[in-house]
Amino acid sequence: MSATTPFALLANATSLPWTEVPEWPVADFVPAVSQELTRGARLCSWFGVPESDGVRLVAVLAFDADNTLAVGRSRPFTGSYPALTTAHPQAHLFEREVWEQHGLVPEGHPWLKPVRRTAGNAPANGEFFRVDGREIHEVAVGPVHAGIIEPGHFRFQCAGEEVLHLEIALGYQHRGVEEALAGGPHRSTLAQMETVAGDTTTAHTTAYATLLESLAGTEAPLRAQWLRAIALELERLANHTGDLGALANDVAFLPTAAACGKIRGDFLNLTALLCGNRFGRGLVRPGGCRLDLDPARATELAKRLTVALADTDQADGWLWDAASVRSRFENVGTVFTAQATEIGLVGLAARACGLVRDVRYDHPAGWYRFAQAPVVVWPGGDVFARARVRSLEIQRSGKFLLEQLAAPTEGEIHAELAPPAGDTLAVVLVEGWRGEVCHVALTDPAGRFRRYKITDPSFHNWTGLALALRGTAISDFPICNKSFNLSYCGFDL
Amino acid sequence: MNAVPDIIFRLAWWLILAPLLPGLINKVKAWVAGRRGPPVLQLYYDLARLWQKGVVLSTLASPGFVVGPAVAWVALLGAVLLVPLGPAGAALSFRGDVLLMLYLLALARFCTAWAAMETGSAFEGMGAVREVSYAVLAEAAMVAALLSLAVQTGSVSLATMLEPSAGAGAVLLAAGLFTVLLAENCRVPFDDPNTHLELTMIHEAMVLDHSGPPLAVILHGASMKLLLFAVLLTESVLPMGDLTPFAAMGMLIGGILVVVVGVGLVESLLARFAFRRVPLLLTTAVLLCLFALLVAWKGGAV
Repeated sequence: MSATTPFALLANATSLPWTEVPEWPVADFVPAVSQELTRGARLCSWFGVPESDGVRLVAVLAFDADNTLAVGRSRPFTGSYPALTTAHPQAHLFEREVWEQHGLVPEGHPWLKPVRRTAGNAPANGEFFRVDGREIHEVAVGPVHAGIIEPGHFRFQCAGEEVLHLEIALGYQHRGVEEALAGGPHRSTLAQMETVAGDTTTAHTTAYATLLESLAGTEAPLRAQWLRAIALELERLANHTGDLGALANDVAFLPTAAACGKIRGDFLNLTALLCGNRFGRGLVRPGGCRLDLDPARATELAKRLTVALADTDQADGWLWDAASVRSRFENVGTVFTAQATEIGLVGLAARACGLVRDVRYDHPAGWYRFAQAPVVVWPGGDVFARARVRSLEIQRSGKFLLEQLAAPTEGEIHAELAPPAGDTLAVVLVEGWRGEVCHVALTDPAGRFRRYKITDPSFHNWTGLALALRGTAISDFPICNKSFNLSYCGFDL
Repeated sequence: MNAVPDIIFRLAWWLILAPLLPGLINKVKAWVAGRRGPPVLQLYYDLARLWQKGVVLSTLASPGFVVGPAVAWVALLGAVLLVPLGPAGAALSFRGDVLLMLYLLALARFCTAWAAMETGSAFEGMGAVREVSYAVLAEAAMVAALLSLAVQTGSVSLATMLEPSAGAGAVLLAAGLFTVLLAENCRVPFDDPNTHLELTMIHEAMVLDHSGPPLAVILHGASMKLLLFAVLLTESVLPMGDLTPFAAMGMLIGGILVVVVGVGLVESLLARFAFRRVPLLLTTAVLLCLFALLVAWKGGAV
């Protein structure tokens, strides 16, 4: 980043008056964003804000190396604009989304089609990219799947067992989350935040609560921030462990599959010990937390955590020691580092491509300003790397948790919040277990949400799965899919 | 032996005992994983349940969709009746019955693949292609194994071929035939009988669209095939001809149980292979059986 960026800089979990966000005519705005992305920024979010009779485009960028975020906006306009995607593929889904929501046409976008359910049409009804040739066959999977998973449609173009192209059509779970948030916060908003993606409850509620706190110009009491960090890491442990078990199950390696299924339950029960709910619902509240962790339960938590971590270590050991598992994971579903940068991969999928990309480290907020787990990076970009990053993050997060439980901070867990400031833009990034959860809110003069934009890590990473499949055997799709384990509802909103 | 009890004994053995094997394998797997696991008789319950259900038929499928599984089951029943049961011998035995058994097994496979192609589904097409490609190698190994037994005993009748042990090549033959057993019966590391993922299935993908009684027939046929291979493996490796009938029968049952536990342990401790590595293992099985043949052919002369 150069010191002379024309964008407004702000730290994670802070806010900025809307009028201080620099604006450009759209013809200059897109090149300005493009220039920052070329200089190494990352597109965290890109959305439209209706104003007068047009729509403004807003870009939220992250300069990871400089630990800062940047925002900019265009003047209101209608019709079309030169697409950002042609130069920066990481914008492709964002531009499709803006086209779907506001009708702004990105000129030159190579594959302009809706990203979610629109106008009563099921997502899979549209045109799909097709490969021609006598030896080519097409395989359609979903939206109804064999396992107990969410609905999504996958269209493969194959030559024999080899996948040439995969197109993913989602949107079956579009519930209208962003529309429901407009005019908020409502009484139901917190409950909605807890279910944006059910397995990422803590990350999404923490992002929402932090956002309201920054709009109120305050922060939650430190003990509440400490509790949120503990809940967030427990969420990471449970999901990573479950994923390792699922990966083992998909290659029919039973010992780890059976053990990890059980240990995931142990971690979920620890979250239940913390807040009474296995998925972390009802803990995080704007202004702090609803429940405290008394010393007796903290001791119990640390004790059971130590046991569960030891169990995971053992189950993990079986997985890495089995040559038959290694041969299934290695060099399968590779996303190359250059591709990962280009499509803006986030979270553990990015770290498995050797990219140092972790919000807890790059843009620390909340308790992570005082204590951090080291960033786990593994080169390779294949299924093995993604499994390995999970396994190492379990170790690091576990250690982090034990350290934090041993050194609690005392004090209040909740503080009354002032009403949100009017005409203000606030940005919060939280490193959920999949990766960067990005919440952006813009308030109207009365302090209500004029626009609330949620970007789940899955929104960035589904493209990574599609790329990982190129040149891979179609029978390896399940392990590639499991190695990303992306959220359908977090994408569909 | 009287004809009527003999027939009842054989049918009971092949038709009623066969579904026990998958249940035992699952128990072994559950035991290794520290789970309780499904009941040993689960497959019987499943068969009874499926038999009472209706059949969902695709409008695209020809009658071959239902005829296929039926012919396959009859072919498998024909094949198992040719296999001698230790001291009890085979229901039907003649010179060259080993060839008929091989062809009946091939016919069963053809019919299952045919029924799979009837649906026009991408999954079943892929499953049939995979099954048939791997069968090329598995059948080669099987032929080499039987050839080595034929060379050793100088007979092409199963009853005579399986009476003595395979001699010096027994270990080679055991390893080769066990690999063929795993491949032919869709066990790990070739296929995963537990998986729900259509894209990775071989045999399971072929029968995805079958339901009700035809599915029951397919599942029952598969269990008979597993028992057939277990009996064949035990008899070709262990010397049963010299023992008293009771000892021989005990040895046969013991051998089958060892095979079952072996399959369960393999499934518990090994991950499944990627498809591109399957031919490698099957080629190894072919070579093992060929070496057994070499031992049987040249070993006697030394």
